Amino acid sequence: MAYSEKVIDHYSNPKNVGTLDKSKQNVGTGLVGAPECGDVMRLQIEVDEASGLIKDAKFKTFGCGSAIASSSLATEWLKGKTVDQALTIDNMDIVEELHLPPVKIHCSVLAEDAIKAAINDYRVKNGLPELVEQKAH
Amino acid sequence: MELKFPIYLDNNATTPMDPRVLEAMIPYFTEKFGNAASRNHPFGWVAEEAVDYAREQVAALINADPKEIIFTSGATEADNLAIKGVYEMYQSKGNHIITTVTEHKAVLDTCKHLEKLGAEITYLPVQEDGLIDLAQLEKAMTPKTILVAIMYGNNEVGVIQPVKEISAITRKHGALFFTDATQAVGKIPVDVMADGIDLMAFSGHKMYGPKGVGALYVRRKNPRVKVTSQMDGGGHERGMRSGTLNVPSIVGFGKACELCMNEMESEAKRLSAMRDRLESSLLKLEEAYVNGNRQHRLPHVANISFKYVEGEGLMMGFNKEIAVSSGSACTSASLEPSYVLKALGLGDDLAHSSLRFGLGRFTTDEQIDYTIKAVSNTVLKLREMSPLWEMFKEGIDLNKIEWAHH
Ligand SMILES: Cc1ncc(COP(=O)(O)O)c(C=O)c1O
Ligand code: FES
Repeated sequence: MAYSEKVIDHYSNPKNVGTLDKSKQNVGTGLVGAPECGDVMRLQIEVDEASGLIKDAKFKTFGCGSAIASSSLATEWLKGKTVDQALTIDNMDIVEELHLPPVKIHCSVLAEDAIKAAINDYRVKNGLPELVEQKAH
Repeated sequence: MELKFPIYLDNNATTPMDPRVLEAMIPYFTEKFGNAASRNHPFGWVAEEAVDYAREQVAALINADPKEIIFTSGATEADNLAIKGVYEMYQSKGNHIITTVTEHKAVLDTCKHLEKLGAEITYLPVQEDGLIDLAQLEKAMTPKTILVAIMYGNNEVGVIQPVKEISAITRKHGALFFTDATQAVGKIPVDVMADGIDLMAFSGHKMYGPKGVGALYVRRKNPRVKVTSQMDGGGHERGMRSGTLNVPSIVGFGKACELCMNEMESEAKRLSAMRDRLESSLLKLEEAYVNGNRQHRLPHVANISFKYVEGEGLMMGFNKEIAVSSGSACTSASLEPSYVLKALGLGDDLAHSSLRFGLGRFTTDEQIDYTIKAVSNTVLKLREMSPLWEMFKEGIDLNKIEWAHH
């Protein structure tokens, strides 16, 4: 199967690989997937408390090229958004942007899950109720 | 020598055809196009002679009699013919077949098919190194056992089963021994007499011959083995496999066998030296493990897991330059990692992290040098991106984390 140019580009030059200090109050961390499934994604956001904007986002991913590209793209999209805006990122937006084939849709689902998990972590840390809405996949 | 890309290191999947094989085949597509079953004119005679000669070349490679070679469309068909054919032919004797969990799908799915028809199948597990436990085989034998189907060399890890010891057990219990030797024939010495093999499948395209041709060896003496035809028709191949013979491919298969016979010894030495160099260089990376027994192994195969990086992601780092394969689920339609690696007791995580390198006749030292560099660099790069590697480095026990399963 051939990869799209965009997947190759994110894979070769991933944006925002790294680790934020998860003990900080304004950092939310999402860890999703499982080693047995062949994919684990960790996505982190750092929120600027004054403006409420996500000022930094980092990821680390164990998975196929599409999973790496999905998380790299997700971190790019997260920066500059408010936490609520970030919640509107849909996995199908990622599929479209990266031209993922049907067998790779779950890699994008993982990225959406990771975003939600990071936001949830941030909300809980800051005394907000956990999001219950979970997409059924 | 200048490096040409992509480098092919997936010779267990298929091999390129040797140009000398192609050369031998060409006349049989055009001017020598006869049907080998046409007994009454020179066109038929020429084709028949070519098939006879190829049959001798094939038989010689495995120390068989030419009459014991049944040409088929490949190893899949030969596997089916052997197992279904024995099951039907020996039904009055019993309905029990023993095989192993690491067989090729062509064997496993054939056994599953027969199970639905009333066969009793024992799937022997393998040990951590991929070898079967002979005592366990002996224990599984019953008076109803008609066939033991155990492969010669495994296609994923290259492990070579103790065929001589296996045949000693089947002889003792009066059962037949069938081996899928698709990955072994032409690569290491396979001798049906010395090995005590009753039936054996192998294939042209794994030994620098054409695709779509293979053979089933069926023993004619001590004991005389018979299989019920699975393809009925004109009664070709002594009634065991009907269908007009694929003369050009059979000629190519014969030539490929002859080349292997002449060159196997030096080729195996050359390949195992390169394989060992590749392997020892890659094992210098932290947390890299060889899968399968390293002594009893085909000379050209290395299967290595690079922990904490995922196989398909890893291959993407160099798949424009190097062709290998992975046991990772992401590369398979089923989203399940390799059942062979799992049968060796590998956790799913290690199975996902595996690469299979299959060297071949046209592999060069320069290609191996390049591969060592490219694979090592990509492993290091992906580990920098891997959350699991980071956790491992921090001393976190990954087994203790509660993962959110899908
Ligand atoms: C062990 C083994 N058996 C059978 C086969 C199938 O061979 P063929 O492609 O000739 O049908 C293969 C090749 O994939 C193999 O490796
Ligand atoms: S992570 Fe398995 S296919 Fe993408």
